[in-house]
Amino acid sequence: MLTEKKHTEPNQFRIAVIGSGPAGISAAISAAAIGMEVDWYDKESRPGGKLNDYHQLFPDREFADLVLDDFTGKADSIRIKKHFGTTITRIESANGQNVLYSNTEVVGRCDSVIVATGFDFFDARIKEEFGYGIYDHVITSPDLEKILKTGHDQLKKGGIAPESMAFVHCVGSRDQQIGINYCSRLCCITGIKQAIEIRELFPSCKVYNFYIDIRAFGSGYEELYRQAQEKYNIHFIRGRVSEASENQQNRIVVKAEDTLMARPLKVTVDWLVLLVGMVPSCTQVSVNQAQCSDPETGFYQLQNPFAGSGLEKPGIFSAGACGGPMSIPEAAASGRSAAIEAWQYLTSR
Amino acid sequence: MSKYWKEYQKEIADDNYFYVRSCIRQNFFPGAENLFIDILRNKLGKTVFEDADHTTCTGIGYHTDIVPLETTMTVVSRQFALMMEKGYENLVVSCVTSFGLYSEILDMWKHNPELKKKIAGYLAEATGRKFMEPKNMVHASDILYKYRNDIAAIAKHKLVNRHTGEPLKIVDHIGCHYAKTFPERGVGGAEFPQVLTGLITAWGGQTVDYPERRHCCGFGFRNYLVQENRGYSIAQSKIKLESMKPYEPDLMVANCPGCAMFLDRWQYTLEETEGSIYGARGRKIPVVTHEELAGMVLGYDPWEIGLQTHQVEVEDLLDKIGIDYNPELKYADRKGNLIGEPEMIQHHLC
Repeated sequence: MLTEKKHTEPNQFRIAVIGSGPAGISAAISAAAIGMEVDWYDKESRPGGKLNDYHQLFPDREFADLVLDDFTGKADSIRIKKHFGTTITRIESANGQNVLYSNTEVVGRCDSVIVATGFDFFDARIKEEFGYGIYDHVITSPDLEKILKTGHDQLKKGGIAPESMAFVHCVGSRDQQIGINYCSRLCCITGIKQAIEIRELFPSCKVYNFYIDIRAFGSGYEELYRQAQEKYNIHFIRGRVSEASENQQNRIVVKAEDTLMARPLKVTVDWLVLLVGMVPSCTQVSVNQAQCSDPETGFYQLQNPFAGSGLEKPGIFSAGACGGPMSIPEAAASGRSAAIEAWQYLTSR
Repeated sequence: MSKYWKEYQKEIADDNYFYVRSCIRQNFFPGAENLFIDILRNKLGKTVFEDADHTTCTGIGYHTDIVPLETTMTVVSRQFALMMEKGYENLVVSCVTSFGLYSEILDMWKHNPELKKKIAGYLAEATGRKFMEPKNMVHASDILYKYRNDIAAIAKHKLVNRHTGEPLKIVDHIGCHYAKTFPERGVGGAEFPQVLTGLITAWGGQTVDYPERRHCCGFGFRNYLVQENRGYSIAQSKIKLESMKPYEPDLMVANCPGCAMFLDRWQYTLEETEGSIYGARGRKIPVVTHEELAGMVLGYDPWEIGLQTHQVEVEDLLDKIGIDYNPELKYADRKGNLIGEPEMIQHHLC
């Protein structure tokens, strides 16, 4: 008796990748490299996600534009069908087929989906004691990144370089008061990198970093932290900032407690930078009306984190920081992994 | 840039208020609460009811661990019962401590309905009463905030220095228990509240945003009520006063009776102990409550509303605004008989 041969030709499978940050780009490239038909969606009109707004990347200080060019160059050299400027709001999944919706409109059908919708930055206005959105000279780390990218002269007042600047770690991370208990992992190293950049741009500027504890976990992170102290003389103060306010010169008065010295302190700075954490993206896609998110963190919940990046619904995979705080290399690796897992799923079902 | 959070706006009932007085406000600023009621009834045409059976909320006793929580809750449930019995649903609280305490109790009951049921049992056992939670609960300063533009429309004076034409520079101070526990219950939230700033700007003044704006006034129950800790109390007031001094404020306004009291009285103490004066031109900074500020712009007689009971004299301020007053009647009773002047109240000029 003849048995029907299971089809395993890659181009017979159609896969959708939602999101075009590092994870989405890597997933789309990898899926196309395997030979699958790839439909690539992003709500923006150009790829890259938040990478478009970054200046330099830690720990090696590579320019974000070059990293992005490398990513997009590879994506352009391979056959991927792009649907940029399309916001996918939900997926209806049944019998191994997935229908993609943008609100009520059907915009695509596919055999498998990789969701790589990334993250949002914590809205620093919620920690209102820091005065973000109230005082002009209180900014967030992504704000500073944009300033560094578009022209650091914006940090000068009347053409005069800032005398002092402070960074506040863990704004919107590890904070029971606002219900965000997890660590965003990358804020510490972002603060270290940005503090070094400020010292390079304005050598006479004093820089203070207020931290709970420094979590420099990645390759090269600890080295950069040491360099920040030894070479750049950045003051790392262990203690939470309790309040920021403005004086008559529009400088920011920062109150904190130095928990190593067991003393309260007050320092006046020209700029206060809030190192904001990562929170689930407001554009998370629902699957069959369910959010598929971890009830504690709100990020996508993997069905079995030890086994792979699959969500609860078969054939739908998570890649990158939509599953939790993640660095760019980790997000890219996660995207590649999701593409392979999708391929394995499609060929084994 | 906005100096307050627009996100925090609260519902404030239009009319038909059940008003509960403050133990400390009616002692420290004896004219303020009658003034508030008069403004609501006779200037804004609102219905305000007060109940002679209303008692303390036990707030200070609660915060000093003298009164157990269940007792405090039972007393508060009795206030709610009085309101319900008189047919009112909108509670207006004079005291910031009471407002914070009522808010805290309502929140505890929301999260623990069994506790509310237990308190209802205590109230029934002790008094035979039943109660309902208020439909709308606000602080008295919220009502003035809601009707700030109506008051501006009928005001006789603006918060403007008539000699210079400049807006008066006014420090606003919000009681901690107004919104620091429950930011959503305060207009503008906890850190950048709008409730008093709204009054100041609507009536022609200018808010002073100084570094220690959000610092405690220095009252702090444990700081003040335990005599050995009073050094902490005055130290906190001093931090605030030193911070606002460079801005040369014309006056301070506070919505908490404790804050108004301490920012007023400690200026005298600091002058006596250290020779420190924090106002411009060697003068201290007058402190008024939100009701008194409204009374001033509406043209009430300063002595009728009790401004002579403040430690820091207000005559300079009245002259700046252009409010008429009779110096001869400052320390007269309601029949015009002089009752005697307090000692050591003259300006201490540098």
